[in-house]
Amino acid sequence: MGAILEIAGERIGYRDTVVLDDVRLTINAGDRIALVGESGAGKTTLLRAILERCAPRAAYIPQDMGLVQALTVFHNVYMGRLHLQPAWRNLRTLLRPAASDVTAVRGVLERLRMVDKLFSPVGELSGGQQQRTAFGRALYHPGDMLIGDEPVSAVDEHQAREILSTARAAKPTVIVAMHDRALALEVADRVIGLRAGRIALDVPTAGMVPGDLDHLYRG
Amino acid sequence: MAGARKASPLLRTVQAFAVIAVICAVTGDITINTVDPWREFTQMLRGAATPDFTATEDLLHALLLTVAFALLGVALGALGGFGLALAFHYRIVRAGCATLRAVHELFWALIFLQLFGLSPLTGLLAIAIPYAGIFAKVYAEILEEADPRPLQALPAGTGRISAFLFVRLPDAWHQFATYTLYRLECGLRSSAILGFVGLPTLGFHLESAFSQGKYSEVSALLILFYIVIATIRWWLRKPLLPVWLVGAVAVLPWTAGLAPGSVARFFTHDIVSYPLRSGEGWAGMGDWLSLVLVDQALPGVVATLQLTMVALVATGLLTMLFFPLISPLLLGRPARGVGHVFLVVVRSTPEYILAFILLQLWGPSMLPAIVALALHNGAIIGHLIGRFTEGIELRPDAPRGFDRYAWEVVPRIYRHMLALLFYRWEVILRETAILGMLGIATLGFYIDSAFADLRFDRALLLIAVTALLNLAVDAASRAIRARLRLQTGLRGR
Repeated sequence: MGAILEIAGERIGYRDTVVLDDVRLTINAGDRIALVGESGAGKTTLLRAILERCAPRAAYIPQDMGLVQALTVFHNVYMGRLHLQPAWRNLRTLLRPAASDVTAVRGVLERLRMVDKLFSPVGELSGGQQQRTAFGRALYHPGDMLIGDEPVSAVDEHQAREILSTARAAKPTVIVAMHDRALALEVADRVIGLRAGRIALDVPTAGMVPGDLDHLYRG
Repeated sequence: MAGARKASPLLRTVQAFAVIAVICAVTGDITINTVDPWREFTQMLRGAATPDFTATEDLLHALLLTVAFALLGVALGALGGFGLALAFHYRIVRAGCATLRAVHELFWALIFLQLFGLSPLTGLLAIAIPYAGIFAKVYAEILEEADPRPLQALPAGTGRISAFLFVRLPDAWHQFATYTLYRLECGLRSSAILGFVGLPTLGFHLESAFSQGKYSEVSALLILFYIVIATIRWWLRKPLLPVWLVGAVAVLPWTAGLAPGSVARFFTHDIVSYPLRSGEGWAGMGDWLSLVLVDQALPGVVATLQLTMVALVATGLLTMLFFPLISPLLLGRPARGVGHVFLVVVRSTPEYILAFILLQLWGPSMLPAIVALALHNGAIIGHLIGRFTEGIELRPDAPRGFDRYAWEVVPRIYRHMLALLFYRWEVILRETAILGMLGIATLGFYIDSAFADLRFDRALLLIAVTALLNLAVDAASRAIRARLRLQTGLRGR
């Protein structure tokens, strides 16, 4: 399958600060990539750089999930397609959702086993339920790519596996930063490791064990 | 540490304000001018104890109109304020809003009376316009504090309006509602005092009942008013809001018609300064300006500031006395219940009405105004501080009684109280100016006289001076709060 994105030796950072140097990276359609590295290694920076370059097709789950606490699960999930409707239609959805939209969102939440919370305000949900909602928004996004910044940090390993497999079934291309190394190797086909402001590792996960990633973390 | 202990900037500021207040009090006119204030007072007390609800129809109608003016005026103000809040990043909008809210509701009412007579439009605009200026500022601040993080997660290509609707607005909505409800309470007070300039609200009936010495009727009116304010939470339900608004439009007496001719005349003739419109030209302007500014505005400004400073410091002292009344750290539950009722009654009575009552007792001097302002504002800040102490935990072996008050509680609330006090400085000034309409020689006195003499050019210039004074005090208050790092937080607004 073809390359979605090619970065050939770029510096990536904010204004004057370079966070990542000499980034060389190709992302192909259908890649399932786990991004690992110590906190502060630049995972978020890399994900945002990828997002910027793939924007129209990519749904993004930021580390803080980016949910609007005062709105319901339905409205937060609906936001995955906010850009497809004119403002007046979105205003209508805010006040009184159309039945067709509710049905569509319900379908997404069924896959995440969240239907019972359809009209609960997000602020009242547990951390795990909030992460499911954030995934719901990403799945509702029409694009074929999912970029997630530690999107399963608030759920246990079992649920994380379940949520990620739902996501993989819906989106051909998935890139997620993760801190659970074993899970990362299990769910991804390819792992990218960051260390000291560089991409230190970019290999298929086949045959790897968590210990193979230790050198990314030890001082 | 070597050498004498230096006073902190906070202490020095407080000392300076206290000294200024003492000087203002000594040089000001603080006397009791009535022959036998006690006799009048006992009659009022007797009236208060024997409320007369027999004139029910009149009383209820006045109350209904008071609520209708408040609801519609605040609703219009909220709507306009929301629109202005969206454009609040423009300096001109910020300055415009500051000017709108620097002019008191009653002054707006006096202006609109010349345009629309006693039509409901006068009352509605008098409330809606200054409130729009206040709403714009507070709404803009609330919107600014909305959590911006969900913006990152929006799909690329989301329009600005949609992003605003789904990210900013929901986060701010609850605070909008809370603040607007709080303002409605203020709106009810504003609406009530509009009666003093002739609109058919509570103040109108209060004034006539007072002038006839019908204190039992006064007491009935005020009791009903307190009940309406204390029960807002129960009668103002979200689903009922449209019903209330439509009902409000229906009950207002729309018959009093517009006089378009007078509108045009007002703008092209009446408010043009006299020398210009009478043909004297610019040569006469010097005399006119010196007459208005030196003979009226100057003494008005001096008296207004004098009264404000005394009232501000007196408010602080009363606050220290009032907040323990509802603080669980200092009083038991039954006593707090009484304290709550007392503070609700005192803060629900508009300072204008308090001053009006005290003026009947003591005759014209600065004293009634000072006491009214200090009581009303002391009750408001005392309420906020009392509620604030509910969140304070003391160690189990903390001292009791006065030692607890002085050593444990006051040090913890002191900065917060000063922040609220400085915040209300400008509010007190606005009210001080308006109290002139009761005959105390603050700016309102000169403005009211100018209107009475149909000298609208003078009145408008004096209102402009009042607005400028307000803006200056507001700026001073903000500078002091910033320098002393005093923060009020949303609750204090």
